Amino acid sequence: MMVEISRQRKVVNAVMLSLSGLCTVVVIAVLFFILGYLLWHGISSLNLDFFTKLPKPSGESGGGMANAIVGSGKVLLLATAIGVPVGFLAGVYLAEYSGKAFAFLLRYVVDLLNGVPSIVIGIVAYAVVVRPMRHYSTFAGGLALGIMMIPIAVRTTEEFLRAIPNSLREGALALGATKAKTVFTVVVPAAISGLVSGMMLNLARVAGETAPLLFTALGNTFWSKGWLAPTATLPVMIYNYAIAPEEDLHKQAWAAGFVLLTLVLLINVTARVIIARGPASARR
Amino acid sequence: MATPQAIRPTQINVPIETESVKASPMAKLKIRNLNFYYGSFQALHDIDMAIQPNKITAFIGPSGCGKSTFLRTMNRMNETVRNTKVEGELLLDDENLLTMDVTNVRRRVGMVFQKSNPFPKSIFDNVAYGLHVNGIRKKSVIEDAVQRSLEHAALWTEVKDTLNRPASALSGGQQQRLCIARALAVEPEVLLLDEPCSALDPIATLKIEELLFQIKNLTTIVIVTHNMQQAARLADSTGFFLLGKLIEFNDTRKIFQNPGKKETEDYVTGRFG
Repeated sequence: MMVEISRQRKVVNAVMLSLSGLCTVVVIAVLFFILGYLLWHGISSLNLDFFTKLPKPSGESGGGMANAIVGSGKVLLLATAIGVPVGFLAGVYLAEYSGKAFAFLLRYVVDLLNGVPSIVIGIVAYAVVVRPMRHYSTFAGGLALGIMMIPIAVRTTEEFLRAIPNSLREGALALGATKAKTVFTVVVPAAISGLVSGMMLNLARVAGETAPLLFTALGNTFWSKGWLAPTATLPVMIYNYAIAPEEDLHKQAWAAGFVLLTLVLLINVTARVIIARGPASARR
Repeated sequence: MATPQAIRPTQINVPIETESVKASPMAKLKIRNLNFYYGSFQALHDIDMAIQPNKITAFIGPSGCGKSTFLRTMNRMNETVRNTKVEGELLLDDENLLTMDVTNVRRRVGMVFQKSNPFPKSIFDNVAYGLHVNGIRKKSVIEDAVQRSLEHAALWTEVKDTLNRPASALSGGQQQRLCIARALAVEPEVLLLDEPCSALDPIATLKIEELLFQIKNLTTIVIVTHNMQQAARLADSTGFFLLGKLIEFNDTRKIFQNPGKKETEDYVTGRFG
């Protein structure tokens, strides 16, 4: 009887181990499959022209996505300029100043904001920026993505600041530093590597957002005329090209997908390296 | 380290005139009727004390007796803890410490903590921090003050060539001396030390005790310690706390050789606590 049970246990154990092992392999394989698939289909369009030329008029082959790459850069820059300061300072308030009850409320609101679907944020940006200004713009796109960055920026800041030992705050206060001075000259610098990498991960997260850009930054096939004019972006370009009838545009879309994914992965890896190499105090 | 013979009580039940210490007009810090509460829990009961300038005053007592809490009321560090209340009088040179601007209090009454807490900055920037926050910008003044403070903290010769290295690279004892240097840089009138040696080995402890002796003429030192020998070696006056009350406060020699209260005697002879 005892032998029977132990054999059954061993079988169950072996099955569970191989199942979870298999799933782990699937997880890893998915990423490489996507990367490989994008590269396989887009490689013929991945050349210097892709990064330096404008899209060709419909029907002609060749051309590139220089305008979309620059456009994505501008939209993400704006998003960072809007989302990071607001989220960071709110996070500082949450971690260093707010009372328990208000912190609970604030955290709840931030989590709700984080749950708002990106397309809804796009509609709001459309309603408050695009409609009154009567045209689509880079700014509207940047604002939509910036709002999307705020909740993660708040929570990242809060968590990294809370991880800083209280003894550092007391040390600064005991020297006659004000609360604000303590926070910004001791606590924030101690957490800086975590904060920077957290913000980078946040940026990488919104870099691929398409829905809010569809009716804010819109997209076009030429160089954007400025911050208040529409601009092409990589995700929207992928969307437009993928649903276009021409085979050549599909290849371009694959290539754009590969570039976007590579960019996001690079930001991710850089952020993780910064965390790993951060000062010991930030990890303590 | 050998237990000094001196801590054996030779006599008991001799009336001790603690009032004379209290009444001294020379006192740097005067504490009258001090009560302190964490929420509804009263942690300190009617503390009266006068702390003499340029002397070392030690507080001893079992864990939770209120000695650290008392220390932290003297630079109003307890205000950072929510839901606390302080009643009574705390005078620094006859100025009411409780109504003074709190940053000003903490500049004048420095503090060194149980666990060394160097900022994640260079050795130099750690010592210069207090000067920066107090608005001193002149480079030469800061450099002089950093060197002087590190010398007082007996650390200068060890770090003078590595001032730009991160403070975290120092040993535990060096870090605590750095924290003392950092506190000394703003030239505090009183220096509070909350069990500064409890995490250090005997050699590092000895170094800190020696430097405290050396800086007695610069500032007034108040030290909380769990180590009775340390109090006996260092302090001019010693206060014994028990359950939030100051049981006895007197010359260190009297406290250890001839304590006026039964509780003090029991504690210093190791019968409890």
